[in-house]
Amino acid sequence: MNGTSISEKAISMSGVNKWYGHLQVLKGINLEVGRGEHIVLCGPSGSGKSTLIRCINHLEEIQQGSIAVNGTTLSQKGSNADHIRRDVGMVFQQFNLFPHLTVLQNCMLAQRRVRKTSVAEAKDKAMRHLERVHIAEQAQKYPAQLSGGQQQRVAIARALCMDPQIMLFDEPTSALDPEMVKEVLDTMISLADDGITMICVTHEMGFARAVAHRVIFMDRGEIIESAKPDVFFSNPSHERTKTFLSQILNH
Amino acid sequence: MNYTFDFAPVFAAWPSLVDGVVGTLKMSSLSMIFGLSLGIVFMMMRMSKQRALKAIAVSYIEMIRNTPILVQVFFVFFGMPAIGIRLSGEQAAILAMTLNCAAYAAEIVRGGVQSIRPGQIEAGRALGMHTVDIYRFIVFRPAIRAVYPALCSQFILMMLNSSLMSSVSAEELTYFAQTLDAQTFRSFEIYLTLGVIYLALSQFLSIALGMIGRVYFSYPAK
Ligand SMILES: Nc1ncnc2c1ncn2[C@@H]1O[C@H](COP(=O)(O)OP(=O)(O)OP(=O)(O)O)[C@@H](O)[C@H]1O
Ligand SMILES: [Mg+2]
Repeated sequence: MNGTSISEKAISMSGVNKWYGHLQVLKGINLEVGRGEHIVLCGPSGSGKSTLIRCINHLEEIQQGSIAVNGTTLSQKGSNADHIRRDVGMVFQQFNLFPHLTVLQNCMLAQRRVRKTSVAEAKDKAMRHLERVHIAEQAQKYPAQLSGGQQQRVAIARALCMDPQIMLFDEPTSALDPEMVKEVLDTMISLADDGITMICVTHEMGFARAVAHRVIFMDRGEIIESAKPDVFFSNPSHERTKTFLSQILNH
Repeated sequence: MNYTFDFAPVFAAWPSLVDGVVGTLKMSSLSMIFGLSLGIVFMMMRMSKQRALKAIAVSYIEMIRNTPILVQVFFVFFGMPAIGIRLSGEQAAILAMTLNCAAYAAEIVRGGVQSIRPGQIEAGRALGMHTVDIYRFIVFRPAIRAVYPALCSQFILMMLNSSLMSSVSAEELTYFAQTLDAQTFRSFEIYLTLGVIYLALSQFLSIALGMIGRVYFSYPAK
């Protein structure tokens, strides 16, 4: 077996540049994520963290460079985006559950429409994942009837129903009241334990310590530092990383 | 004043008034359904990135909203035979009202679609759903819900405007009232009764639409 084959990588980004008009928001991003690897992405507001992960499932277009997911290179115009999205689940800061559908229907919709799963199978899988995030008893409720933490756990279950190999999280706990952060982080930790590949934008440093194989620090569109959590927190090599860490750890 | 009021001939003609009510409701509801569907097509063209589609939709919507509905139905009924399309009064009425309703519905529904947070569409895309499915299953209901009261007023207005369709002999309520007037000369009684019937119809429609709204477009929201 060839252990260094490119197809061994879950995600590989090389020379990625992205602009919004004249503003360059990603600058020469090179990033390789191995299968089963857990990455925590942090950095100041506006540094391009969301943009970076949104490029991976082509919610955003890139202007230069290339992105491959499980060995399939994303075409510039995104003609194979649907193919790539099959392997990539995403969880958003604002949950983005569908308000007119029950929790169960939220978890069944894409299975039915994208995977063409039968109702019975879709329901079965939805219930299994809802159980896994400890919210099966709320299956018949609507999103507005749930707390933020419960909604975010449903959003995670909804993504898992598509059997993704990779999960992207964009600040999944920053819209939550403090007392609900833990239930969502615990869910994510259990996912990590199952060996799914994940990239998580978060400033929850406890989470980073617990599950991350690497912590990546971004500033102004560039990857500044990438290190194992213990090294990253105790002995960062860049001045900007130190400044950033002192800011987030002090409050 | 030596006019003696006599509603007896009006009430005696109740079968034709019932026919009129049926005709009015039939034409109005068909036009609502067709008009909303066609309106959604125009709305999608209006919001499309393709310049040509957008231009067609914008021109259409502006043209309809800036000409009288009576002129529109005259064009359909009297004008179109010149190009070989000959319709009955009722067909012409339904077509004209559908075309008219579509333009207004397109603008109303567009407002609803614009009220949907982009995160909803992104969630659908991230799950691998196609654009058509995203609109059909994710955007449609919340969008209609957001503008449902406006849509209902438009429908009620259209039901009332259907009285103009009597001028192409579409067999709706006003048409029967005019016929009755010509036979009995009881104009005061006839048009007063007619007004009361329209009032009752719009109340009825409002309640019916409200019930449909509660069944299809209501769900708990924060
Ligand atoms: N749709 C857009 N149009 C124009 N500029 C944008 C758009 N989205 C983001 N930007 C800009 O791109 C830059 C990077 O934004 P991004 O959202 O990726 O940052 P972030 O690191 O996720 O920040 P935060 O921590 O606040 O979420 C910012 O300067 C932002 O203003
Ligand atoms: Mg962000």
